[in-house]
Parts: sequence; structure tokens; C-alpha cells
Amino acid sequence: MGGPVERPVAEDSAPEQSAADIQKVAPTPDSTIDRQTDEPYGSVGTERRGMFGVSGTGDTSGFGGLLREPWTPPEAERPYGGYFDEIVDALYEAYPDAGAAITKVVVDRGELTLHIDRDHLIGVATALRDDPNLRFELCSSVSGVDYLGARHRLHSVAHLTSMTYRRRVRLETAVSAEDPHVPSLTKLYPTADWQERETYDMFGIVYDGHPALTRILMPDDWDGFPQRKDYPLGGIPVQYKGATIPPPDERRAYK
Amino acid sequence: MTHTTTEDAYAPYRHTTEGPVYNLTGGDWESALADFGQAPQDRLVMNMGPQHPSTHGVLRLALELDGETVTDARVVIGYLHTGIEKNTEFRTWTQGVTFLTRADYLSPFFNETAYCLGVEKLLGIEAPSRAQLIRVLMMEINRLSSHWVWLATGGMELGALTAMTNGFRARERCLDVFELITGLRMNHAYVRPGGVSQDLPDGYDEAIRTWLKEQREELHGLDKLLTGQPIWVNRLKDVGWIGVEGCLALGLTGPLLRAAGLPWDLRKTEPYLGYETFDFEVPTDDRGDCWSRFVVRVAEMWESLKIVEQVLDRLEPGPTMVDDPKIAWPAKLSLGPDGLGNSLEHVQKIMATSMESLIHHFKLVTEGFRVPPGQVYTAVESPRGELGAHVVSDGGTRPDRVHFREPSFINLQSVAALSIGGMVADVIASVASIDPVMGGCDR
Repeated sequence: MGGPVERPVAEDSAPEQSAADIQKVAPTPDSTIDRQTDEPYGSVGTERRGMFGVSGTGDTSGFGGLLREPWTPPEAERPYGGYFDEIVDALYEAYPDAGAAITKVVVDRGELTLHIDRDHLIGVATALRDDPNLRFELCSSVSGVDYLGARHRLHSVAHLTSMTYRRRVRLETAVSAEDPHVPSLTKLYPTADWQERETYDMFGIVYDGHPALTRILMPDDWDGFPQRKDYPLGGIPVQYKGATIPPPDERRAYK
Repeated sequence: MTHTTTEDAYAPYRHTTEGPVYNLTGGDWESALADFGQAPQDRLVMNMGPQHPSTHGVLRLALELDGETVTDARVVIGYLHTGIEKNTEFRTWTQGVTFLTRADYLSPFFNETAYCLGVEKLLGIEAPSRAQLIRVLMMEINRLSSHWVWLATGGMELGALTAMTNGFRARERCLDVFELITGLRMNHAYVRPGGVSQDLPDGYDEAIRTWLKEQREELHGLDKLLTGQPIWVNRLKDVGWIGVEGCLALGLTGPLLRAAGLPWDLRKTEPYLGYETFDFEVPTDDRGDCWSRFVVRVAEMWESLKIVEQVLDRLEPGPTMVDDPKIAWPAKLSLGPDGLGNSLEHVQKIMATSMESLIHHFKLVTEGFRVPPGQVYTAVESPRGELGAHVVSDGGTRPDRVHFREPSFINLQSVAALSIGGMVADVIASVASIDPVMGGCDR
């Protein structure tokens, strides 16, 4: 079975609490990130300084002062363009709570992303699948992304395809590592079964309502979630003249 | 002659003229059997794989049998998990291709193209038309080579050994073409963000036209060998049925979906790389069984030959890499006395005349190019179905996340639906008809 989440769990992180409360969960004490981004949803990347991954003395490159801020996809404004307006309009018609469900609409590179509050994910997905104006019959892909540094760092991303209209939409649900619960889509889309198991296996996102949420690619007794950005990489402790070769994420490299 | 039972540390026994006879009705065994009284009798749980010649690589099936009938089937995967997705996060965008080509090792060009289309979408660039045509050419040849392996291994698993030898012979012809063009039979890393790594070599046209002729002969031979053959027909017809609703619920795409009757092919429905300009059909069938999948795949091979021929007619000289020195690989490969390598002209330029070129080369090769932050999902129609690449960038020189929506992974979920209620021997036919590649499934 999957190993437990090794991070300290905040007291007020019961699964049934509302998403609004979860945002108040304190940052993890062991986090090495200096600055938590204020943006709860959709920050991409962490703040980085310099270029070679070194700090303190020794960096004579002149690049040590470089600062790269985390990037947040901008909220899209009407009209979204293409069929995106039709999708959002039809969703508002089919799902009365859509205003509360959709926390952010992003249109980027010709793709529509709806950031969905997890309490409404099932309702939104049901409307997307069943409404005759939407008809997203196929759940193409479910996977996760870890935006280390954001408060809601774990994103569960579902790509839905409408074969009737030949459209695609991306549903993104962000949760924190302390309370990584997302409702499972398996009842609506049975194909999500293995994909949610893989996302749980790799990111530790717990899909509530999944029939058998066990590890699928890693061994059953594995500890930790390998695709998380703070998962220790190990490396091979090869010594040469007293120095050891560090794991790939700690090596001096272009970042 | 005594028949008294004697106590023993392991099991009670009695002496007979033939020697001691042990009575093995232990307490544990009886309680275990008592539990079984609740369930139907004569059920057997059988493990098949991961080391089994009929499971298409390291796939493990746990089958529950009632006599010869399968009453439950579970699939265990992960034996070939190599962390390809995680590895790409520690390499440059260009180096990612080298990993992803190894995921589904029977359709490397599809992996490379799906990923590169994603990176190009993030960059907001488009490969030159010649590079796009070359990608189409390689993918369609690859579709044939992949389907040949499906036929060869599937045939072998059903006892048609000639199908295997003929299939691998035909596939070897495809690999010869790959070797001619990319230098490698497998794991090419030929498609790169911005284009392809090198132009087509001299004599490619003649070689591929010869190949086309050979493939047609091989396909005719296949037709003679299998299509009317009673054993082959009986092993496949009415075996492993799944309908369109089942396909959509389980996310099955590619030949499985088309064999159930839905003409869903991303080359037609969401055209990429100019597929909308090619003249080809999307073969379908309406039986939804293993036989339909055989018919559909063979028809697809004929269609791919049509596309390859059209590409050859259309290819015109031109660049094969985007004209942007901030993205395009600086060194051009060229043939020297010691084989293929960096062009001497380029080496001379960076080593002798232009310091700036050296810096540029060094920066691009070691650091790579930056990709503006964002996320995209690009899908191509691989031989097994929708192969999607979910690519996320944080603005750096390495991917933040690369996820492959692998059709092998998704389609394997249908094993239970295809095989429960059938015979054990039909499980083999069903799994073969899914055509899973564990390298892609486990990544």
C-alpha cells in the first residue's frame, strides 16, 4: 500500500472542510521555499536566483543577482474567442453554481483551462459530460503537476474531449500537500481509474471515491511520491578525493 | 499388517505394504476449504506473467478461473517503469526527446512528434513544411512497423508462427528505412523541437519506393496467409467484444474504437502537420471483436502506404529546422572520413574565427533554450490511439512537467471487459488485439 504522506498534517485540514478554509493552512514548516506566492491557483514555477544553482561565495559569473519571479497565468477576459465562450456559457446554463465552481478561466495558446473548486468538480464534470450543448464524452487524460511554492501546489489536471463538437477543455483542481483530497472522476469516466491511481502514485493526490486507490507504477510498499518536486532524488554516492557526486537536482547546473 | 494411524510432527500417517501413507488433512486446510464453501466451487486463481511469452512484454494478469472460463481478470503493471517523465525534468527541452523516444519503443516517432508539437506550441513556432512532411513520412512508416510487430507477436501468441516470421521480416524492412534516414533502427531522437535533426539522405526516394513495393507484397502475402485461414478466423471472431459505449467509458481510442464502429482518428478530426491535405480513409468495422481489430489494422497499413507515397510526391527542397538561431541546433551534422558528426566547417568556425559562435554553440548545447511559461496538451494518432503530451513549462530551460497520455496504459484497462466470461485461450487473443507496449504503458 502507499506510504503515508510524510509531511506534518495541519490540524484543520479535515477532508470535509471547505476550500476557503484550506487556504488558511499554514505553510509547511520544513519548506525550503522562502516566499509563498499569494496566488492560490496556477502559479507556475518558484522564485529562483542566479543561474548556476550556487549561493554565497564562489559565484563569480555575475549572474548571481538574477531574479526570476514565479509566473501566474493571467485570467482571461471576455470574449475568450473561438468556441471557449460557448463552452463557458453552456456550463453556466447547465450548472447553476458555475460561478462559484470556476475560480479562474485561463485561455493560453489556444487552449481553455477552467480552474475548478474541488467541491464542485463532480458537478461541473457531470454537466460537461451530459449536457447536450457540451457533450464531453471522453476523458482523455488525468495527471498531476506539482507547483512547488504555491499554497495549493498539487494540481490535478483533467483533459476532456468532446467528440460531438470536436472540442477540448482542461479542468484544473488545485489542492495543498497537507490536504491533497480531490473527488474522483471514476464514476463519470471509468477511464480515470488507472490515471488517478498513477497521479496518486506519483503526486500523492488522494482521489475520494476511487474504488481502489493503490499504487500502480511504483512498488506497493514505496514511500513518498516520486514526481513531487521536493522528492529526494538520491543520487549515487561516488567518492573522488573525498568529494561525492550529488543527486541531479543539487548539482551545479543551468537552472 | 497394521492400519493404525501414527502421530507425526508433520502429518499423521499409517504403514502399508507400499510404505507410509500420510494424511494431509491439516486444520488450516480445512478452515480454508470451509471459507470456500461460501463461494462457487472449483475456482482457481491463476497468475500469468510478467514473464510469459503471451503477455506482450512484462504484463502480469491475475485471472480467476471457473474451469476454463475467466470469471475475473486483474492487470498488474509497473514492471517497466523507468521514470521517463521525471527524467525529462532534469534535461533540456531538446534532450527530452532522447528519453521520450524510448517510452513506447515500437512507435518512437509518435512519441517524439507529440512532445515536439507541444514544445513548439509553447514556443509559438511551427516547423518548416519540409520538416513537417518528413515527420508525417516517418510516422506513417512507423505505423506500419508497429502494426507489423502487433501482427507478428499476436500471431505467435495464437500459434501462427509464420505470421511472426513474415511480420518481423516486413518490419525489418521498415527499420532499414529508419536506419537510412536517422542512422538508428530504434530510439532515434530524430524529431526535435523546431524540426528534425537532419535532412533526408541521398537516395531516400528510391529506397522508400522500393520499400513501398516490398510492403505491398508483404501485405498481399499476409492476406493469403491469414485472412481466409479457418484457425485464425475462429480464434478471433466473436472474441473480446467491446462496443462504442464501452470504448468511450474506458477511454479506448485508436483501432479498438474504430473496430467498434466509430471513425475517430485524430488525423481527420483534429488534423496536425497538414494531415487534412492528404488523401486517405479511416477504416472502420462494426463487429467490435478481435477480428474487427485485425481487419482495421491491416486496412490502416494500406492507408499509411498511400500517405507515404503522397509525401514522396510532395517533398521539395527546403530547410528542415526552424530558422531561429536561438532554438535551432547550431551544428549541422555532416559526413566526414570518420562517420557522421559535427560539420568540419562549423567546428572551424567556432574554434578559429568566431568567438561569438562558440559562445552561442556552448550556451545552446549546455544550457538549452528557454520556453515561455504555460501548459499545452498536444495529441497525435499513434498506432495504438490518442497519444497526448501534456507539457508544462515554468519559463526555464527544462520542462517543469511532461506527462504522456499513453494509449497502451489507457487501453489495458479494458482487459477485464474483454476477457471476463471467455476462455483462457481467448484472453491471449484479447490482450494481443489491444496491442499494448509495456515500455509506453509504464514509461
